[in-house]
Amino acid sequence: MTPLAGYLLLSALLFCIGLVGALTRRNAIIILIGIELMLNAANLNFIAFWRFSEHPEALTGIMFTIFAIGIAAAEAAVGLALIIAIYRHYQTTNVDEVNQLKG
Amino acid sequence: MFPRRLSVFILRQTLAAYFGGLGFYMTDALDQIFVTTKQFLVAFLAGLFPPAWQPLATLLISAVVMVAAIIGVFATLFAITTVLERKGLGRMQNRHGPNRVGIPFTQIRLAGFGQPAADGIKALIKEDVVPVAADKVVHFLAPVVMVVPVILAYAVLPVGRNMVALDLDAGVLFFFAVGGAVELAVFMAGWSSRNKYALLGAMRAIAQMISYEIPLILAAVPVIMIARSLSTTGIIAAQAGQAGFLPAWFVFTPWGFAGFVLFMIAATAESNRSPFDLPEGESELVAGYFTEYSGFKFALFFLAEYLGLFVISGLAITLFLGGWHAPFPWLAWLPSWFWFFVKLLGLIFVFIWLRGTLPRLRLDQLMNFAWKFLLPLTLINLLTVAVWHYLSASGWRWAVCVLMVIVPYVALGRGLWGHRRVRKRVYRYAE
Amino acid sequence: MTLSFALIALLTVVAALAAMLLRNLVHCALAMVVAFVGIAAAFLNLDAQFVGFAQILVYVGAVTILIVFAVLLTRGGLAPERSLFSTSWVWGGGVALAVFATLAWAIRQSVIRDRQPLPEPDVTVKQIGEALMTRFVLPLEVIGLLLTAALIGAVIIAMKEAPAGGKREKESADLEEPGNPPSVMPPPTPEGGLS
Repeated sequence: MTPLAGYLLLSALLFCIGLVGALTRRNAIIILIGIELMLNAANLNFIAFWRFSEHPEALTGIMFTIFAIGIAAAEAAVGLALIIAIYRHYQTTNVDEVNQLKG
Repeated sequence: MFPRRLSVFILRQTLAAYFGGLGFYMTDALDQIFVTTKQFLVAFLAGLFPPAWQPLATLLISAVVMVAAIIGVFATLFAITTVLERKGLGRMQNRHGPNRVGIPFTQIRLAGFGQPAADGIKALIKEDVVPVAADKVVHFLAPVVMVVPVILAYAVLPVGRNMVALDLDAGVLFFFAVGGAVELAVFMAGWSSRNKYALLGAMRAIAQMISYEIPLILAAVPVIMIARSLSTTGIIAAQAGQAGFLPAWFVFTPWGFAGFVLFMIAATAESNRSPFDLPEGESELVAGYFTEYSGFKFALFFLAEYLGLFVISGLAITLFLGGWHAPFPWLAWLPSWFWFFVKLLGLIFVFIWLRGTLPRLRLDQLMNFAWKFLLPLTLINLLTVAVWHYLSASGWRWAVCVLMVIVPYVALGRGLWGHRRVRKRVYRYAE
Repeated sequence: MTLSFALIALLTVVAALAAMLLRNLVHCALAMVVAFVGIAAAFLNLDAQFVGFAQILVYVGAVTILIVFAVLLTRGGLAPERSLFSTSWVWGGGVALAVFATLAWAIRQSVIRDRQPLPEPDVTVKQIGEALMTRFVLPLEVIGLLLTAALIGAVIIAMKEAPAGGKREKESADLEEPGNPPSVMPPPTPEGGLS
């Protein structure tokens, strides 16, 4: 079996890939995808720690992941609605160009 | 003379044995014939490997055998259904369906059942046209992404006693999870074709599938609540036996009947069947999201559509119609897989019947129907099933639950109808 | 390290990289799906069946579809961007690398990094359901509330500003008029395709 460190490293790598996307891309939708990837990496950590824990019957890791998935869905819906509203206003989804408070 | 007498003797002995107690073993053997065949095949094939590899080989061979069986049986059913559908529709429209294709170079016509072979050969040898502007990789992947999840969904479908490929603890969840991938395939097909009709068809299809997926899942939830299980075999086990003179299937309860009707409506929309066939309405969108597909890829979309129809009907049977259970104990001598396929063919007939009867909806009607009518009814059905669970079994329980099903149905229907006046249509001819 | 884990890890990381680096937004979204499926496979590899299926149901069935709809509604599949990355991409990449280095160092130093898993925990869906209805019932209710609020909020944010609403809205509606984009865009030209 793979030791815990394997899953933790995979999760860290995914988190950083998501971070790269969120920090360096200009398109708002890709930034959102990056954030989703980071959330998923955290979920992977929770599940890995649950599986390798002494008391898996406590179910805490699984519960946290389920709630995190639910929150991620809500976040995606609101985030994409915001992106569409911004696009309607500025005709762009490029975050570098959305820099005015004046409508 | 002698052989004939022998055959009569054997027949008589067999019948005597059958009615004299051996019958049970015979029906049981017939019931489990595919299970035992599979066990024999797996044991035989795994025996060919060196002993060290046997556990892995058994696992792989068992998987391959089951996948081959699922694909073989349901692809054959697909071939038969295409003919039956065209013939049935033909009858409803006062014409003959396909009845020409038979065995080549003979006069044998097979009553039109050679048609699928001819269609298959035609699809295989047709040129595979890919538009120049298409996104080649996505265009190629779309039919694959379409077929794979549909076949995966068969894994949790019990087609008979002990006849389920994968008895998952979260079987129903697995079914709906892989069903979600179909939407993605539709999008990939529509977007990558670079065709207005394809993209519009894909957008319609996705909007429709998302809208109807919610009532579909919510209509299945009451069954899960009562059966206390997400596993398909567990749900079927909860429907064993009789309730009064009726079988204990969930469709014979008020909430189960409402759930079944809602589920079937949502399933019709999920599988893009008429009257919900807007995504591929020929008269509006050429062929919808697979306009730019030809040859074998087109055949794959066609196959996936029908396989999706079968699997969702199979889920309806599992959830509401008692799965492979026989309706009455005195019919239980027929094998379980026979009952499953009888029910499946019955539901397929209902789908064909609907297609021959109802006209296509408009897009706004489609959305209103899903969000304003089906969704509230499924939510109320959740409440009904809770009331059913907490009331003791009596006539009162039936009365209350029937009221809880009928009153919202009538109220919602009347309310949504609004102040529309419907008069008899007056046809105005050239005057 | 088992073969299944290696395959899943490779698939997920490659797909995640593709999702972050590809030029075409729709390709990014599709690569993201592969990454999500890979993570779901990792969940299954860790014997968390329920969470793995929930992950596929929510991410492949819902979030991805939302994202591709947003891409098409914002003409994202059409416009070939001049430059993909923002001007401060060096800083972003540096920060991400530093984060990864820190995390990897922490994992290396950890005392439990070589811990082997216990025999498969016998967690059924029934137990998860019971836990959701007893110990975790408050978070469940809160998340129901949150999802409802998000649903209504998303609809209100993305709703078309009503022309009859007031002067400001009228102006913006007028501004939108000439370039009023059709709601659905065809995919990009081949030049804007896979980079």
